[in-house]
Amino acid sequence: MINSKAIQISAEIISNKKVGAYHHMVFSVGEMAASCRPGNFVAVSVGGASSSLVLRRAFAIYRASLRSDGIGLLELVIAPQGSGSKWLVAQDPGDQVDLIAPLGTAFGIPKEPINALLVGGGYGSAPLFSLAETLKSRGCRVDMVLGASTAGKIYAPLEGKRSVNSLTITTDDGSAGVAGRVSDVLSSLIRENNVDVIYSCGPMAMLEAITIISQEADVLHQCSVEESMACGIGVCMTCVLPVEGGDGVIRMTRSCIEGPVMDGNKVLWNKSREIPDGVWGK
Amino acid sequence: MSINFSTSIAGAFFANPIFTASGCAGSGKELSHFFPLTSLGAVVTKSIMVKPRSGRATPRMAETPSGMLNSIGLQGPGIDLFLENDIPWLRDQGARIIISIAGESVDDYAVLARKLRNVPGISALEVNISCPNVENRGQVFACNPDAASAVIAAVRRNIGGELPIIAKLSPDVTDITVIAESVINAGADGLALINTLLGMVIDTTSMSPKLSQKTGGLSGPAIRPIAVRAIYQVRAAFPKIPIVGMGGVTNGRDAFELVLAGANAVSIGTATFGNPMAAVNIKNELEELCQARGFSSFADAVSFAHRGDA
Repeated sequence: MINSKAIQISAEIISNKKVGAYHHMVFSVGEMAASCRPGNFVAVSVGGASSSLVLRRAFAIYRASLRSDGIGLLELVIAPQGSGSKWLVAQDPGDQVDLIAPLGTAFGIPKEPINALLVGGGYGSAPLFSLAETLKSRGCRVDMVLGASTAGKIYAPLEGKRSVNSLTITTDDGSAGVAGRVSDVLSSLIRENNVDVIYSCGPMAMLEAITIISQEADVLHQCSVEESMACGIGVCMTCVLPVEGGDGVIRMTRSCIEGPVMDGNKVLWNKSREIPDGVWGK
Repeated sequence: MSINFSTSIAGAFFANPIFTASGCAGSGKELSHFFPLTSLGAVVTKSIMVKPRSGRATPRMAETPSGMLNSIGLQGPGIDLFLENDIPWLRDQGARIIISIAGESVDDYAVLARKLRNVPGISALEVNISCPNVENRGQVFACNPDAASAVIAAVRRNIGGELPIIAKLSPDVTDITVIAESVINAGADGLALINTLLGMVIDTTSMSPKLSQKTGGLSGPAIRPIAVRAIYQVRAAFPKIPIVGMGGVTNGRDAFELVLAGANAVSIGTATFGNPMAAVNIKNELEELCQARGFSSFADAVSFAHRGDA
C-alpha cells in the first residue's frame, strides 16, 4: 500500500542554491517533515497551472527535519536534466510547489550497531547522508562511496562528510578520487571494514553491479531503485521492475509502492527491454 | 441554489457524473488514501483479463507535450484474484463500481462476462475493445465493426440480467459512428469515448523508440479536442445513447466541454497522475460551472452544444 503518512501539500520554497552540477532546495512542509524517513521520496508537480508537463517528478528526499519551533523542512538535491527538473530549480524562494510526501519505502535501520557501507552514484547520494546520520545515531560504523562521471557531479556537502567514518570518491574520468567506478572499490572496502549491510542509490546498472558484489561477499544489500514514474502514488503502473516476492513469485512490482528501497537480491536486474522468463503472468 | 448533479447510464444511477478512467486509478486503493471513493460517481477499474498478466517491459511511459504515451500492457492479477480481492474491498468502501474487462479473443470476453454475471454490487460493465485481437492478426477489436460487434454480442449473451454494457471505443478509426452503430446493434447500452490514440516517441539521443514496445497510447490534454469531436459526432448520430466521455480532462471547464458535446458522465484519467485529487476537484468545478451557466439539472447540460441542430 501507499506510504500511510503521505500527504499532498502546497509547500513554500525556503531556499534554492546551486551546488556543483546540482541544486539544493529547501521546502517548508510543516509537520509532514517528521514522517519522512531516509529512502522515502517526494512527487512534485512541475511547470505551473498551464503547463504542458502533465506528470509529477519524483525526487529522493535528501533530508527532512521538524524543528522545535514547529517549522518542518524538506530538502532535495536536484539534477536539472529534463524540462520538469529545470523548471523546478528555476523557482525562487517564496514560490509555492505542490508536492506529495513521504512516498515509498525507507531504508531498513538495524536494531543492533552494524557496519554499513553506503554507495551512491551521481545525485543518488542524496538520500544517503540522512541515512548515515540515522545509522551513526544507532552506533553503526558508516563508510561511504560516491561515484560519478566527473568531479563536478559528486554531491558531497561538508556536513555530510562529517557523518561518515570514511568517504571514498570515484570518478570515471579520474578528475577526483579513484579513477573508475564505485564497483571497483567495493570488494576491498567490504573486507577492510567488515561490512554487514550495503545501502545504495543510483543508476540501475550500478545497483546491479553492487548486487553481484554483495552476493559474492555474502552481505545484505538494500538499494533504492530508479525507474521513471508518471504518478508516484501507485496508479500508473509505469515504474515496475521484476522482483521476487516473499512467496517466491516474481512479479512486475511498482517501485513507487514496494520501493524505491528494495532488497537487491530480490530484483531481477534486466536490461533487455523484455519481461524475463518466470515472471508471473508473462 | 443547488443543482441535481446526478446522472444515469442505461438505468444505472450515479450520484455525480465524474468517474475514474479505467487504467488510471487501479482499483481505487491508492486514491482512497487521498479521498473517500464515494465522493466520485463511480470507480472504473483497470481493465481485467481472464488470466494474470505481467504487462509489458519498461520503459512503459514517455511524457509528450500536454500528454503521455503508455504501454502498460494491461498488467493485472486476472479475473479470479480480482473478484476475490479488489471487488469486495471496493464494495466495503461503498463505491459505485464499473468493472472494465479486456480480452484477446471473443471467447475471453465471454468467459469474463460469465464470471461477472452473478457478482453483486456492480453498476455497469465497461467492455474495453481497444486491445489487440490475437485471433485477427493483432488488429484492435474497436477498429473493425464486425470484430467489435462480435465482442459486444458475446458479452450480452453471457452477462445475463440487467447489467449495462458500456463499449469503450478507439478514436483511431475512419468513422467512429460506424463502430458505434455496430456495437449498439450488438447490444451495447452505452459507449465510453475515447480510448487512447496510438503514438510513438523516438529518443533522439539513443536514436531508438523510447518505449520498449515502440508504440503506446497517447492520453492527456493533447487528445481532448479529439474526444470532444468523437463525442459530438456520436451524439449527433445517436441522440439517446448514454456516453461516458474521457480524454484529457484536467479541470471542470474541460469536463463541461465533453458534457456539452454529449457526455452523460466524464472519466478522469491522466490528470490523476499529475494530481491524485484531480477527479474530486473536477467534480466540484463542474458542478459550479453547470450552476454558473444556469443549469438546474446536470442532465440539461448534456449535449447542450447540439441545440438547434437539425
